[in-house]
Amino acid sequence: MSRDDLKATFFAECEDLLDQLSEGTGELEAGTATEETVHAIFRAVHSIKGAAGAFALDTLVKFAHRFETVLDRLRSGSLVLDPDALQTILRSGDMLAELVELAQAESDEEPSQMAELIELLVGLSGSEEDGPGAPEPDEAFEFTAVSFMPLSFDEPGEDAEDVYKIRVPAIADLFRNGHDPFLLFAELVGLGQLDVSCDASALPVSDEFDPNRCYLSWELTLTGSMTEVSIRDAFVFLDDICEIEQVSGGSAGPALDLPGIEPEDSPMTTAEPSKPSMPQVAAEEAAAEPAAVASSTSEPAAAEKSKAAKPAASIPQTTLRVDPERVDRLINTVGELIINQAVITQKLVASGMASNSDIMSDLDDYQYLARELQEGVMAIRAQPVKPLFQRMQRIVREAAYSLGKDVALVTEGEATEIDKTLVERLAEPLTHMIRNAVDHGIEGPEKRAAAGKSAQGTIKLSAAHCSGDVLIEISDDGAGLNRKRILEKAVSQGMVAADAKMADSEIDNLLFMAGFSTAEKVTNLSGRGVGMDVVKTAITSLGGRISISSRQGMGTKFSIALPLTLAVMDGMVIHAAGETLVAPLSSVVETIRPKPKDILPFGRDGRLLSIRGTYVPIVNLARLLGFPTEAEITSDNILILIRSEQSGLVALAVDDISDQRQVVIKSLEGNYGAIEGISAATILGDGRIALIIDTDAILSLAGHYGREMASREEMDYAQTATMG
Amino acid sequence: MPRPQQWGDDDVLEFVTLKAAGQSFCIEITQIREIRRWTPVTALPHAEEAVLGVMNLRGAVIPIIDLAARLGLGECEASPRHVIIVVAIGSKTIGLLVDSVSEILTVEGSQICEAPTMGGGDVPNSILGLISIEEGMSRILAPEILVPRGLTDAA
Repeated sequence: MSRDDLKATFFAECEDLLDQLSEGTGELEAGTATEETVHAIFRAVHSIKGAAGAFALDTLVKFAHRFETVLDRLRSGSLVLDPDALQTILRSGDMLAELVELAQAESDEEPSQMAELIELLVGLSGSEEDGPGAPEPDEAFEFTAVSFMPLSFDEPGEDAEDVYKIRVPAIADLFRNGHDPFLLFAELVGLGQLDVSCDASALPVSDEFDPNRCYLSWELTLTGSMTEVSIRDAFVFLDDICEIEQVSGGSAGPALDLPGIEPEDSPMTTAEPSKPSMPQVAAEEAAAEPAAVASSTSEPAAAEKSKAAKPAASIPQTTLRVDPERVDRLINTVGELIINQAVITQKLVASGMASNSDIMSDLDDYQYLARELQEGVMAIRAQPVKPLFQRMQRIVREAAYSLGKDVALVTEGEATEIDKTLVERLAEPLTHMIRNAVDHGIEGPEKRAAAGKSAQGTIKLSAAHCSGDVLIEISDDGAGLNRKRILEKAVSQGMVAADAKMADSEIDNLLFMAGFSTAEKVTNLSGRGVGMDVVKTAITSLGGRISISSRQGMGTKFSIALPLTLAVMDGMVIHAAGETLVAPLSSVVETIRPKPKDILPFGRDGRLLSIRGTYVPIVNLARLLGFPTEAEITSDNILILIRSEQSGLVALAVDDISDQRQVVIKSLEGNYGAIEGISAATILGDGRIALIIDTDAILSLAGHYGREMASREEMDYAQTATMG
Repeated sequence: MPRPQQWGDDDVLEFVTLKAAGQSFCIEITQIREIRRWTPVTALPHAEEAVLGVMNLRGAVIPIIDLAARLGLGECEASPRHVIIVVAIGSKTIGLLVDSVSEILTVEGSQICEAPTMGGGDVPNSILGLISIEEGMSRILAPEILVPRGLTDAA
């Protein structure tokens, strides 16, 4: 592993540790913290500090050290957690996260609040705080006596001997599988001092005795300076079955009197309840995982200790780090499988196979299994929104602090899982909306008091699954939208006519228009003109929809509906000029088979659709994409109404709509390149490729097209004249 | 005639020969991924003439290029008798529509002649060298030049 790889691993681990940290601080804030919570926070900060030291990230180490000192006092009970201390700890957690981010960006910048926070921390850390100056990296090891630290230590000295206990249960098939316990144990002799005790109590009386069967179980005690890995190597064939346990080691210290581990010389009985070995190993690995960056030889010891220190605590979740590309490949292949299944079905049906025949019912099973597989693979990419929501906690705290407001963020449905890419790409729009809510939504303390509300504003962030979509809602209990001001602003910016009569919801939706901002003063949080339109674009590009609702004096609520994944989407299969295309269902407003009288000429070539009293431009999709078509738009066409932010409502004229289905999204850019008006491709049931139209791009194309038409009008006219 | 520089005199090379617009061409066998029968493609909007469209190659979307049209030798009327040669060019995979695939030629580097630099159209630019065969000569194609115009930068 190169240093860069190690660093990448470090930052990945940091992410986990920061999650643990913010989970812990969240509990502190909510008042549900236990002693273990403080330990967990301490561990996280300590691990970050230790590993950061290895990469000479001095600023990070320095800050983590101060933070850790305070946490240590909190842990030992010499610091009382008053609201001020809590605030400092919360902000320090945020600062630590920021410093990690800065370190990742390789920026030397020092966050503005850092000096202030360090002072606060020094204030909290009491008189024993050593003088200024960056701590030595070795300080990471000063807490060796702490029994639960999942950090690791240097190789124990010569004098420190490890004692391992290995239980080999009676394995009936031991001989049949070609194992010889004698040889196995002989291998261990090379590692250190070995004591073997054999338990023969399971030996049956003579006539039941099967000479091929092993009735013996052993307990081995191995003393010496070896690692668990070397023992496992020797036992590689029996690894799953045998139980290996480190009883003591050079670095164990107080862990020697661990509960649950019997004295070495305890008599062994067959009735001894032996712990199942697999879960134990899994738990060890899980516990050791946060320390993976700094892991060295005594990892099992540390894991053992961390396990013992919190016997009642939940077993840490085991996670698997997988290169996302591998998962994507799997998802692609499963997508293929599903298409392949559809192709086979289609061909069998076409060949006249009866739908109640055996092969068709087997094919149904195939379809079911393929879908199951797809769901399973998709689930690998799915991630809970929890880390994202926790990040929002940080945003709220920072924003509230700098605005002098008191705001609490309540989160709901943190376990809701969505595609990893969606989690990542939601961060920015969500941050923006949360900041907006703190800045514009929640009123200042005086105003709140005047309105008879509690001084603390509340922002609620929730996620839930809702009929195949993920619904994310951000609501505040602030003043609600000031529609009068929005309208005034829109009029002054020339976005709407001064005498326009608009419904409340229409006014609310003005917020999503480009360049719209109502902030009276430009704060450093919001009001810089990049407003909700950016949020809306981001959400739309994820295939989602956003809506807004507001009640005067009661607050504002934004609802975001997102697809579960980016790998598949709901599409409408359409035909134009003999080509099959797919329109994303999320942008389709409705489909219409127009009456002849609803299609009205507009200019020489243009057509308008008259629908419920308004006129919508009709765009010939085939012509827009440059497919050869002569046909004029008539009432034989089907019109698909789509809405975009820039162009409003537009009707796309197509020949036919054949299906509405989930399609697997395939990139065109890998082997070809980007095509204007096309976002990607997909493969249909017959194995052919259909292009997925990019509705926003199509509409802006339509805009160009309209202008071009106007300029070409004369030329075209001349041509038709000669042809006629 | 001097031989092109990329092949040594003693190199033993294998080429797949093919016919397009009645002429014989060949492509080094290491660049060819597979050869398959023509199936209808999905047309791409605003694509240049030689780009017939995209095809599904076991889940990958690959562009299909009419070799004859790309070389300026006239369009090929694709039918199921035509053949698509799938070639890998850098990170991209593209398919070339040709009339037929003939044989595999095994030649030594010394048997390859340099293509003359004179001539018209795209043909000389995309020909790396010439190999004498029974019925005349086969032109060694440089597939990287066949990538649709404007897309080479993105590669």
